[in-house]
Amino acid sequence: MDNSRQLFQYILSGLSNGAIYALIGFGFAIIHNATGIINFAQGEFVMLGGMFTLFFVAFLNLPLIPAIILAILVSTIVGIVFERLAVRPLKNAKPLSIVIITIGASILIRGIAMLVWGKDTHAVPAFSGSNPLYIVGATIMPQHLWIFAIAVLIIIGNKIFFSYSIIGKAMRACAYNAQAASLVGIDVKTMVLFSFIISSAIGSLAGIIIAPLTMTSYDVGIMLGLKGFCAVIIGGMSSGLGTVLGGLLLGLLESLGAGYLSASYKDAIAFIILLLILFIRPEGLFKKKETERV
Amino acid sequence: MNLPQAKSEKGAAAVLRIKNITKIFGGLTALEDVSFEVKDGSITGVIGPNGAGKTTLFNIVTGLYSQTSGDVYLGDKNISFFAPETLAGMGIVRTFQNVELFSEMTVLENVMVGLHTKSKSGIISCAFKLPSQIKEEKYIKEKAMHWLEFTGLADHADIEAANLPFGKGRILEISRALAVEPQVILMDEPAAGLNSLETSQLAMLIKRIRQSGITIVLVEHDMELVMNVCDSIVVLNLGKKLAEGTPREIQENQEVIAAYLGEG
Amino acid sequence: MTKEKREIIIFSIFTLAVLIIPFFLRGSYYLNVLVFIGINTLLAVALNLLLGYAGQISLGHAAFFGLGAYISGVLTTRFGLDPWLVLVIAAAASGSLAFIIGFPILKLKGHYLAMATLGLGIIMYIIFNETVAVTGGPSGLSGIPNMHLGALIFDNDMNNYYLIWIITLIVMLLSINLSQSRIGRALRAIHNSEVAARVMGVNARILKVQIFTVSALISAVAGSLYAHTMTFISPASFGFNFSVELVTMVIIGGLGSIYGSFLGAAILTVLPEFLRVLQDFDIIVYGLLLIIMTMYLPGGLINGLQKIVEFAAGKVGKRGGSGA
Repeated sequence: MDNSRQLFQYILSGLSNGAIYALIGFGFAIIHNATGIINFAQGEFVMLGGMFTLFFVAFLNLPLIPAIILAILVSTIVGIVFERLAVRPLKNAKPLSIVIITIGASILIRGIAMLVWGKDTHAVPAFSGSNPLYIVGATIMPQHLWIFAIAVLIIIGNKIFFSYSIIGKAMRACAYNAQAASLVGIDVKTMVLFSFIISSAIGSLAGIIIAPLTMTSYDVGIMLGLKGFCAVIIGGMSSGLGTVLGGLLLGLLESLGAGYLSASYKDAIAFIILLLILFIRPEGLFKKKETERV
Repeated sequence: MNLPQAKSEKGAAAVLRIKNITKIFGGLTALEDVSFEVKDGSITGVIGPNGAGKTTLFNIVTGLYSQTSGDVYLGDKNISFFAPETLAGMGIVRTFQNVELFSEMTVLENVMVGLHTKSKSGIISCAFKLPSQIKEEKYIKEKAMHWLEFTGLADHADIEAANLPFGKGRILEISRALAVEPQVILMDEPAAGLNSLETSQLAMLIKRIRQSGITIVLVEHDMELVMNVCDSIVVLNLGKKLAEGTPREIQENQEVIAAYLGEG
Repeated sequence: MTKEKREIIIFSIFTLAVLIIPFFLRGSYYLNVLVFIGINTLLAVALNLLLGYAGQISLGHAAFFGLGAYISGVLTTRFGLDPWLVLVIAAAASGSLAFIIGFPILKLKGHYLAMATLGLGIIMYIIFNETVAVTGGPSGLSGIPNMHLGALIFDNDMNNYYLIWIITLIVMLLSINLSQSRIGRALRAIHNSEVAARVMGVNARILKVQIFTVSALISAVAGSLYAHTMTFISPASFGFNFSVELVTMVIIGGLGSIYGSFLGAAILTVLPEFLRVLQDFDIIVYGLLLIIMTMYLPGGLINGLQKIVEFAAGKVGKRGGSGA
């Protein structure tokens, strides 16, 4: 393979991973802006998406589309239960307690997944086969196209939702000032619940579309979650363009670093970037004067 | 060590000088070109309607916020942008509007933390209980008890701070601040949430603190308390200094009256 | 009885119990478990200084444990250095790393600190795994020599028991001293209200870095002892799961209690022996414990025990006619 085609492959896989990181990052931002909590269990929703899809396809022999829809639904229900059992009772809890409880919840979800599905890594069938497409001399897996298409749809849908829908606007109001929002009649508790529903749905969908490329297992949530977190930190805790750019940047650096430097340190690249951003610019790379928080 | 000349000139010298302080949050101007002086050994009240910028001013003086422009002087020393812990070592300490106690520690331990700047044992001498540390620990404890006796909380020494009644919590915050042996104490609404008996006890305490040579700056909404204890008053309104003077002058100032009526 | 006297009596009883227990045990299995309880107690005490006292979470403490173990393992097997010298080097190196990284990392709070320390832990874990030429990679590093003291070689459970527990007891005593000093109070003050602590003159930034350094240093000592006791180490012992296990020990035992750390370490060392049927699923139990303890028993088990003892003592005291 010549150099430019190889470079193209790295860029392609970097961008598609990056799109996934951005979607996972959205989940962090939406919950953080509604509650002030960084949901440590965000990565577990990503894992659940992939695992449930596999479960419905392989064990219940459902066709792919219904399996995906069911997987998103079930993951979202887990998100709702999580909000009810672990987050809602936490009002006024100490910050350290909140951190520990979300960590506990993430371990618990991961442990139950291991109990139910075992420790093996599973392949998930690609949405439209795994015969590569040849475009201008380069090969593209059809799944890459799915990832880009779905990611773009979610990013646009997310923007429309928060900019134009009543619920989206109400959630933004809560993010700016929960007290003021409740004074004008917005039910803040419901908005928090909505934030968990949207986050777990987007997170699980991200897990579903990446699973055919990377395979899935009970413990993929840690790494994917942390990389999504890295994306949203670069993006300054927004579910907007900053996080998309953050995810793509991370995906590209990771992919190029793995390709040209060392494949075995691929994961370390993401965490070094994460630490550097947290140390040097914890407010994100693209912070403008008046930032959009939702 | 700290400004002997300021202390020796009886009453006349300014211990704390606020010069042209401006603070802008995003696009909002919280304080605009505020200047005043606090005389050594005085009780100075800072009053004004809600949103006047009083707490912001306290946060700047005690190093919790950075001002956009302007300077703060302690005696002749420019202390702008000093960290709160540095300022505590230099003798500036404060209490909080929302009572920031170390709630899981006992009353005595809270005050002992106030003696942090008066002691210096490090991790090693503390871990190995070196003789100097044992001696220092004894001193810290005695001194902390002294301050609890001064404020009348000695009976509650071993109670966890979270279990103190609210009014006593306010007094504990003051005791803890006294333990720093400050030149200046800034009290942020010390009477908020107190009943009238507690407020009058507070007024007595504030006067006793001043008698021991400590300068007090007071943000307060309780006008009776302010007029009763303060030597001079600074009025802020919408981030600007509206007036400055003795309690009597302030009470008769038409602009001040208008500002308060306008708000009410 | 003053508080200090009570502390001395409690520590003396604890020490005595630790020293005589081996004489009542048959079989090396139990001794072996007690050796691990000792190492885990060291680690839990170290983390508790940071998490329980200063209120700063670390989800990467297994990294410092691993660093201690690997420095000891590598320097003894490849360079033939003396285990004691290596223990000091390991502690110093781990402490230095913590000191350097401490300044930027401890500026972060709450979840950000948790994520950053987790990231640090994972980076170290990747290094343990990937620097195969040095660490032996995933298949581990074997042939690490035992500790020795002159002719006495710590190559059996009884000797190791006393080696590890004497060091653990010393660290516990020093930590108790520290916790009851101005430094301990300043740390708890930071935990309760960092703003108020700073206004009282506590240099929170420096103090947090100092305690992080001490904590990493003790963890590395534990790692070094672990390496010389096991004579074999592999990265799997120093991953994310073990970091979580350490946090669970501290929470279960009781934030801000040194004896609580022992209790938490003991429970989490023994629990997997009972949970053998569950194999690796003990992680579910840890997750549940973290949630339930934080929600319903934030003081940890040691606090529950204390309340029972105080309640009983209070009853006795009342019967005998209360003084004071």
